Amino acid sequence: MYGKKVKLRVLFLTLILGSLTLSIFLILQSLKENVVYFQSPSKIKSLDEIIKKKIRVGGMVKKQSVTINANEINFIITDFKNEISVTYSGAVPNLFAEGKGVVAEGFLKDRNYFLATKILAKHDENYMPPEVKETLGDK
Amino acid sequence: MLANQIGYFSLIFGLIFSFLLIIVSVKNFNDDNKGIDHKVLSLSFLQFFFVLISFLGLIFSFINSDFGNETVFNNSHTTKPLFYKISGTWGNHEGSLLLWLLVLTLFIFLFLIKSNEQPKKYRILTLLFQQIIIIGFFLFLLKTSNPFSYLFPIPKEGLGLNPILQDPALAIHPPILYLGYVGSSIIFSSSLSAVTQNYISKKWALHIKKWILISWIFLTLGIMLGSIWAYYELGWGGFWFWDPVENVSLMPWLTLTALLHCVLVLERRLALSNWIVILSITTFTMSMCGTFLVRSGILNSVHTFANDPERGIFILVFLFVLIFLSLGIFFLFHKEKNQISNKIFWLSKESSILINNWFMMYFLSVVLIGTTYPIFLDVISSQKISVGPPFYQKLIAPFLIPFLIFMTIGPKLNWIKSKIEKKFSLIIFFIISTFLSFLILRKLSSEMLFNTVLISSAFYLFFITIKDLFIKKFNNFAQSIAHFGFSMLILSILFNSMLSLEIITNIKVGEKFNFKKGQIFFERLEKDESSNYSSVIGHFKINNNKGKIIYLKPELRIYNQPTTITSEADIKTTLLADTFLVMNLVKGKEYFNIRYQVKPFMIWIWISVILLSLGGLMSLFKKKYEN
Repeated sequence: MYGKKVKLRVLFLTLILGSLTLSIFLILQSLKENVVYFQSPSKIKSLDEIIKKKIRVGGMVKKQSVTINANEINFIITDFKNEISVTYSGAVPNLFAEGKGVVAEGFLKDRNYFLATKILAKHDENYMPPEVKETLGDK
Repeated sequence: MLANQIGYFSLIFGLIFSFLLIIVSVKNFNDDNKGIDHKVLSLSFLQFFFVLISFLGLIFSFINSDFGNETVFNNSHTTKPLFYKISGTWGNHEGSLLLWLLVLTLFIFLFLIKSNEQPKKYRILTLLFQQIIIIGFFLFLLKTSNPFSYLFPIPKEGLGLNPILQDPALAIHPPILYLGYVGSSIIFSSSLSAVTQNYISKKWALHIKKWILISWIFLTLGIMLGSIWAYYELGWGGFWFWDPVENVSLMPWLTLTALLHCVLVLERRLALSNWIVILSITTFTMSMCGTFLVRSGILNSVHTFANDPERGIFILVFLFVLIFLSLGIFFLFHKEKNQISNKIFWLSKESSILINNWFMMYFLSVVLIGTTYPIFLDVISSQKISVGPPFYQKLIAPFLIPFLIFMTIGPKLNWIKSKIEKKFSLIIFFIISTFLSFLILRKLSSEMLFNTVLISSAFYLFFITIKDLFIKKFNNFAQSIAHFGFSMLILSILFNSMLSLEIITNIKVGEKFNFKKGQIFFERLEKDESSNYSSVIGHFKINNNKGKIIYLKPELRIYNQPTTITSEADIKTTLLADTFLVMNLVKGKEYFNIRYQVKPFMIWIWISVILLSLGGLMSLFKKKYEN
């Protein structure tokens, strides 16, 4: 009925469209699983349910809240309205310090306690991640 | 001060030459002369010359620490070593764009003198398209990011260059990367001009292949340098973090690699011509997107220096103009070629190259979506998210298996049509590779099945290319080397990630820390002074259970301007593994936070990338593609 050329074209197009749909589906599916949301301490306080997935928490490291021993570092992240305690064992970036901005990635244990798996490095004293800046408003 | 003035006015002269070039070349386009007017060549040279003067002017201001220049003031300091004063020229936004422009003008001049055998109209049109890009960059520089703005009163001291950028690898990383980015602009202009002139032919393929190879080689090396730098300077103990800024350099690399393979089909069989034009447009768009995303400050990353919305909007508008212009030209002018060789059989080199392209496009969409999705979500719902490495690993690793297998079999096939017989060795090697990876992985328990299959396919490519290198006697040596490099890259990355050892702990001076396979002893601290930083050096002694002792001396540097603390990792490299130790200070505490890593086959990752680009280089100097 149709010429060989037309058949080949149709086959080719179906292949392209098919693989396109498949890959987009795969990508979106995987995106859903691997996205890490950013939360502020205040937002965490107002959560109805504890998020089980990995999240990021950002704010300021509260002054005089850092304690350190051989295995872990404990500190408090504050957005000046609410605060959350963080426990972390892992590498700390140089710019991590009391009174400075911080972003921690990890898991919520409850509304007041966060188990960090990573503290994000920043590269300049005055630089603050946009998320943290927004959370802190004008302060 | 003088250098500053000269630099600024040279830049304006350069822009004027753009307009002169357009006028002269349009005249030249319509006259009856066979070749290009000499005026066009000399104008193009003069344009390059003036931009070069301008660039040298900026370098000179940096060397002299002329803080009357705002760019110098923001990015330099008198105590900085000379080398970093010079590299600071392109370590900032304004200077790096001037470098872009310099390479743009250099490349179009080289294109003009190297394309003598091509038709006149095609050359002139390429020049015109290129001038549109060049004018865009001139305006962008002069309007939003003038490298020669004055400051008055003249400050006594500059603000200094971000210390993590004061590093030899990072000094040459931007120029090399830009050679790759800007090379893609030549490919973009010339394929557009070839479309309008209906000149997409085997001859054109042969000529444009050189430019594709040059950009590809530089882009590959540029990405590698950035990665090496991240490895030892950032102290995260890895070489690729799927950071948005790394991703935007990977995207043009993927399309360029696809293009590199497609152009072979065009050269041989005059097929895929439309696809090649689309790929050229995409590659350049990706390079521009990279510049846009990095420079506009949208991306939250290492490279975010000053953010200026005006710059972002300018590049965005410029980018859209270029995309619409190029797509418009493409749809208006492209023609269905009467392709004699329209028949493509399933088992042929062409179809395997198409498969390669399919994978490249898939990898591209993964990286593109992963990088831009957070930006879109932020704009739409102001929700802040990030997409981590697992996303990319999950989506890319499984597809590497068929990719590697096709990469092994593809080059073995003939053009047009081939038969599966006489490919006995392919099967034997496949069995050997599977067996070998099974033996190696037997002891490593995690995700055994998946890893075995992945490593088998990598070994497969590895052995087949080795066999080719020795047996086929320099026939298509370039391709074998490049593919061999790639297989080695995948193998070293896989073994590196599977066999790495990492210990992170907090430790005081004089303390010992025992772990399963050895002991870390923090012996003492030592202080040292340099011209622009003072440093604290930790002396560590590491015993492993086999009785081997390694001394490592990681360093903390406190730079004076801007006051910043950086950690310099100490790395002992051997052919088998890197031993890596970095220490960090927690302010006001006596504990040091240390990260000790043993990373197997680290050096082989760099060697394989070098082999990969070596393959490109050999292909560049080869007269013709051999079967």
